[in-house]
Amino acid sequence: MSHSTQSLAYVRKEMIEQQPAPRSQVGFTRWARENLFSGWFNTLLTLVSLFVIYKMLAATLPWVFGGVWNAESLDQCRTILNERYGDTHYACWAVIRERWNQLLYGFYPESQYWRANLAFVLMLASLAPVLFDKLPRKMLYLTMAFPFLLVWLVWGGTIWGVLSVAVGFVLAGVAFKIVDRFGSMALSAIAAVVVAVVWWLFIGPSVVDGLNSVAPLGHLQEVQSRDLGGFMICVIIGISGIALSLPIGIVLALGRQSDLFIVKTICVGFIEFIRGVPLITLLFTASLLLNYFLPPGTTFDLTLRVIIMVTLFSSAYMAEVIRGGLAALPKGQYEAADALGLDYWKSQRLIIMPQALKISIPGIVNTFIGLFKDTTLVMFIGIYDMLGLSNAIRANAAWNGIYWELFIFIGLVFWICCFAMSRYSQWLERKLRTDHR
Amino acid sequence: MKKSVFLGALTLAGLAAGTAMAQDSSTLAAVKERGMLKCGVNPGTPGFAAPDASGKFVGFDVDVCRAVAAAVLGDSEAVEYTPLTSAVRFTALASGEVDMLARNTTWTFSRDVDLKNTFVGVNYYDGQGFMVPKDLGVSSAKELGGATVCIETGTTTELNLADYFRVNNMEYEPVPVESFTEAQTQFLAGACDVYTTDASALAASRASFENPEGYVVLPEIISKEPLGPLVRHGDDNWGDIVRWSLNAMIAAEEYGVTSANAAEMANGTDNPEINRLLGVEGELGAMLGLDNAWALNIITQVGNYGESFEKNIGENTPVGLARGLNAQWTEGGLIYSPPFR
Repeated sequence: MSHSTQSLAYVRKEMIEQQPAPRSQVGFTRWARENLFSGWFNTLLTLVSLFVIYKMLAATLPWVFGGVWNAESLDQCRTILNERYGDTHYACWAVIRERWNQLLYGFYPESQYWRANLAFVLMLASLAPVLFDKLPRKMLYLTMAFPFLLVWLVWGGTIWGVLSVAVGFVLAGVAFKIVDRFGSMALSAIAAVVVAVVWWLFIGPSVVDGLNSVAPLGHLQEVQSRDLGGFMICVIIGISGIALSLPIGIVLALGRQSDLFIVKTICVGFIEFIRGVPLITLLFTASLLLNYFLPPGTTFDLTLRVIIMVTLFSSAYMAEVIRGGLAALPKGQYEAADALGLDYWKSQRLIIMPQALKISIPGIVNTFIGLFKDTTLVMFIGIYDMLGLSNAIRANAAWNGIYWELFIFIGLVFWICCFAMSRYSQWLERKLRTDHR
Repeated sequence: MKKSVFLGALTLAGLAAGTAMAQDSSTLAAVKERGMLKCGVNPGTPGFAAPDASGKFVGFDVDVCRAVAAAVLGDSEAVEYTPLTSAVRFTALASGEVDMLARNTTWTFSRDVDLKNTFVGVNYYDGQGFMVPKDLGVSSAKELGGATVCIETGTTTELNLADYFRVNNMEYEPVPVESFTEAQTQFLAGACDVYTTDASALAASRASFENPEGYVVLPEIISKEPLGPLVRHGDDNWGDIVRWSLNAMIAAEEYGVTSANAAEMANGTDNPEINRLLGVEGELGAMLGLDNAWALNIITQVGNYGESFEKNIGENTPVGLARGLNAQWTEGGLIYSPPFR
């Protein structure tokens, strides 16, 4: 095997420069070739789809962007459009421009919008530490105070009313701690409840009255529940339902798996009853039939009734979602917790629940999104949510006959909220994924 | 455990509220104590009841609520409006969620007797009519054989329609719709040839069309739809108050008492009936358990029947209804108040 260099026609003396990949193999071209035009059938499908998309956009975009923003009524809109284009197949966004505040705030007094806005900002701020664990833990104090701030800001009155309710919780906590030293968990829970109820019913109201007459601190103009509406009522009902249904759902799910016969029976009965009844039935009961059961003359705030019903409804679903997570955990996890010598609550808190809840995230968020959208059902019991308001706006002579613009606006608002929830849950799933894939 | 806590709290709250409240079943006393009249209204019918841009309810039915509030509480604004769908209105009234209904409700035998309501009068005589596009070339409901008809399900109009077509030996194809809104869109989109509902709603609907001239309301009225306010059985005194509040508005128009001249007439006139109405003579207010200026409050704050009609649904409004059957009996209509004596 001897051959000299002369016998070879050509020898490269140096490395060639790295060349960019052929244009057909990089960037959009490659992506398009692989995904859109990878065969005659796929190419055909792509072309047909592009044609359909083009047709749809050509039909809707002029309608959306050619719309009128400045008009006082639908008739005026049509006049303007007729002058501009010679026909009226364009949107009349003027209705949104004139009534957007009503769609968002309902009939909340206009001078008090800042309260609703402030409550909304505080809501985001108090949700943040719950949603993102990188944020300072001290922000959780705001989260705890937020329910009381919300009630005070939205409904108004003096600050003493909500403070009194908060004091009830503090007293309950103190009673729980004290009794816990001597007795069992159940006993201390009962003590806490008794203390809180006694405070709320018998001592608190008179203290509040006294303080109100002596020093009406932080008095805000009172707003009736009837005046709440629009997107605001959806957020209030939705966020209360979401915040309350998760803990109640966890307790129900645990109760359903309990060995204690009565606890188990109550939980199963509750869950199956609520799941067997449509939400609208519960809402009708809350708004119309509750008066049959309460003593005559009793008034029980409608928004509160709705929040209670929505919470009960979604906690039953939540319980089943979480039960699914519990069932998915291998039995070894329970046994491991027992082997470590943890008691029931500790093993739930440290071992079972973190894993079960992680598994249930998609289901939980699904329930939340469903709950949030279900809040529009309150329209049927005479609360003006956004859909109810769209009817009310149409009942006004100026806007009678306008549909798409309102529904598109409402749909957009809901889509933003629900899409944000869905994105967050996907982010959380990725963050919590500990298995190796 | 959390649940039992919650239920316990709810029970206790209910009990406490029960003992705290006076066990007075009289609606009048309850309204006076509350300082608010709870009135069930339509969530949105142009001209009859709808919230305006500031959230204040306005309309022809709403004026009846305001009249009762003016009579009982002396303030026509002291009303809490509960918007009710047609499905829940009677339940809401029966359960005490509202004190009265003024929600364009047709007075029928079964609603009056079987559902245990008391209709206190009629504030609008309506009837079912038909609307068709002009291109259809139809000038009478008798020519509608074979037409497709948009009809709201579960209403008296649905039954009237079936009866009318059967009596006239005609066929029709129903297109069921759920609401006024849906009916309007379907009709405009050409999903049906005919839209049928109360004539007042047809007029209001037509007024909102892009091209009202392209549609006609046929002359036939195929049913009687007397719409009026109602209260539940069991409190006749309250029923009397609502009935005579409405009658006061009607009588005021008959005697020429308006919101503008009522205060002046309350100084005394030559007409003893007006004097009794306005509380100058007699003790009519006291008989109802109200202030003697009750009717005066109604007329100054709300206006008489004619004023309310013209302001909300009359010919100069977008709804544009003529008085027709709803003119005073002295002018050939059916609006008639028993004497104030």
